[in-house]
Amino acid sequence: MALVERSTPYQSSWAERIPTAWWIAGLVALIMPAFVNDFILFQVFGWTFVLGMIALSLMFLAGYGGMVSLIQMSVAALGGYMVAIFGTSGVAAISMDLPWWLYIPIAVIVAAAFGTLVGALAVRTEGIYTIMITLAIASAFFYFTRQNYGIFNGYSGFNLVVPPHLFGVDWRQPMPFYYLTLGCAVLSYLAVVYVSRSPFGLALQGVRDNPRRMAALGFNVTAHRIAAYTFASVIAAFGGILLVWQNAQISPGTAGIPAVIDILVIAVVGGVRRPIGPFIGALIYTVLRTFSPDILTGFGLSGERFKLLIGLGFLAVVFFSPDGVLGLWERWRARKGRGRDPLTGEAK
Amino acid sequence: MTLLDTRRSSETLASVSSGNALELRGVTKMFGALAAIEDITLSVRPGERRAVLGSNGAGKTTLFNCITGDFLPTSGTIRLFGEDVSNFPAYERIRRGLRRTYQISLLFGGLTVSDNVYLACRGVSRGRFSLLRPRRGDPLLTRTAELIEAVHMTASGDTLVSELSYGQQRQLEIALALAGAPRFILFDEPAAGLSPTERAELVAILTGLPSHIGFIIIEHDMDVALRVAESVTMMHNGRIFKEGTPEEIENDPEVQELYLGDGHG
Ligand SMILES: Nc1ncnc2c1ncn2[C@@H]1O[C@H](COP(=O)(O)OP(=O)(O)OP(=O)(O)O)[C@@H](O)[C@H]1O
Ligand SMILES: [Mg+2]
Repeated sequence: MALVERSTPYQSSWAERIPTAWWIAGLVALIMPAFVNDFILFQVFGWTFVLGMIALSLMFLAGYGGMVSLIQMSVAALGGYMVAIFGTSGVAAISMDLPWWLYIPIAVIVAAAFGTLVGALAVRTEGIYTIMITLAIASAFFYFTRQNYGIFNGYSGFNLVVPPHLFGVDWRQPMPFYYLTLGCAVLSYLAVVYVSRSPFGLALQGVRDNPRRMAALGFNVTAHRIAAYTFASVIAAFGGILLVWQNAQISPGTAGIPAVIDILVIAVVGGVRRPIGPFIGALIYTVLRTFSPDILTGFGLSGERFKLLIGLGFLAVVFFSPDGVLGLWERWRARKGRGRDPLTGEAK
Repeated sequence: MTLLDTRRSSETLASVSSGNALELRGVTKMFGALAAIEDITLSVRPGERRAVLGSNGAGKTTLFNCITGDFLPTSGTIRLFGEDVSNFPAYERIRRGLRRTYQISLLFGGLTVSDNVYLACRGVSRGRFSLLRPRRGDPLLTRTAELIEAVHMTASGDTLVSELSYGQQRQLEIALALAGAPRFILFDEPAAGLSPTERAELVAILTGLPSHIGFIIIEHDMDVALRVAESVTMMHNGRIFKEGTPEEIENDPEVQELYLGDGHG
């Protein structure tokens, strides 16, 4: 993860540095709609990308900043609420019907401001206390939206919140929505990868590893941590906007405590060390959530029990591989590599 | 190649040339009931090179921690280039030209040597929050390379810091303290654990620093301390015990009894 690289980068083009596996994955993602049905596109991949983005914002904070924040789902939901409030919904008494190019920036700014504020409160705490304070604010957010009817329309929230028909496309149709969420997920992934190697990202990792030394180098450690919340909240906000479009509605339950915990589970299961982890976690979560009820009922069990499966999976991951499925995979590769080239560890 | 960005530092130096680089008045730091340092009053002129001696636990590192703001003193005031910085956080003091090295290397083991030095350069310049990766030819990258060369580590630029030898880590500590435009540097036992060759290199780096840069060096090795310092402060049990020229300190009977006699010399 060298920011200051010497040996390779200037000679080889950036395209050559992308591993083949990524080209294949990209190609598969692009032609996916040719192979799978609308249900898979919308319900499995749509959700994977949306939840993956929200979990990515947690990964950025936890992986690069060492801060486990449980507020990311609430930030996303606030973004979604802003789209419903400033844009168009079935609740005409509240929604303002602004055009998309106004309500999207408003939603992102409001959500990022909220995330920054929570960050400013949370960064003075460490470890378990960060988790507790963000969880407390997340549950306060849930109860507030449920009781506030003037802005958040209380218990029922907003329905009929759909994406704008831009370029004559109904973006909520499965295939357009697939490409929309895929595009947003790829962009936010690239943004995190790029920023992680920028001066800000490098400094954030310095703050994670050695805050005292960072201060002795002239860095305002607290400001860096808060700025990390701002950046993460922008990604969560875009995830939240897609989330409200996917559901076509938003209500307090969108950011209820179970949903808040789900984001943590997704990030941890996938792995918080690398930005692809949250998307892997989101895919596993979505596949389990979508298909395990059928399988469970097939065995004569209640479909509701899929949460149990996810919980057991979570437990197994935390137990066997603290750095998630990605960590398992990397270790397996390393073990395989041992049989190949003992010097470089590379496959021949 | 210039070792340091002298243009900026001499500019800033001119504006404050009256008065002391560092001035401590009655600085005390308590750890519970223990006074790690007590009522320290000390002033160092700009460009002055001072050695601080004292046995283990005398409070030398604690003194540094109070000066840099790693923690705040229990009482007393600290002035840096005439400015009262007693309540400033560490980063504000560093941005005013103060630098330090740590007795026990405090580096970023998971990053490369270049990244460590780059962070140090970035910390005392603008753009700490920049989201844009530096391009080739970025002045800060050039500075990074120069600093790495100054401490003879060019060959290790891409090496992870955790893979460096002990001596190299000590050298990197020095490089981090030289980033930007330092005006006053605190070296905490930079020679500890170094080989004779590495010591000679260290002395060369210290004596080669531009003359406007003052420093305090904590050093048990009298050879190193007396070769680079023009004045000496002896500490004992958290207090200043003696101040003087190297000769005065070396020949002082009380000092000899207390310090040089008990196996440290
Ligand atoms: N963070 C701390 N908490 C509690 N006590 C401390 C702390 N730092 C230092 N002390 C105590 O303060 C006293 C002075 O310690 P300090 O590290 O300043 O000594 P020193 O002169 O640097 O010694 P050495 O030569 O061993 O480096 C010691 O008794 C030490 O135990
Ligand atoms: Mg010490």
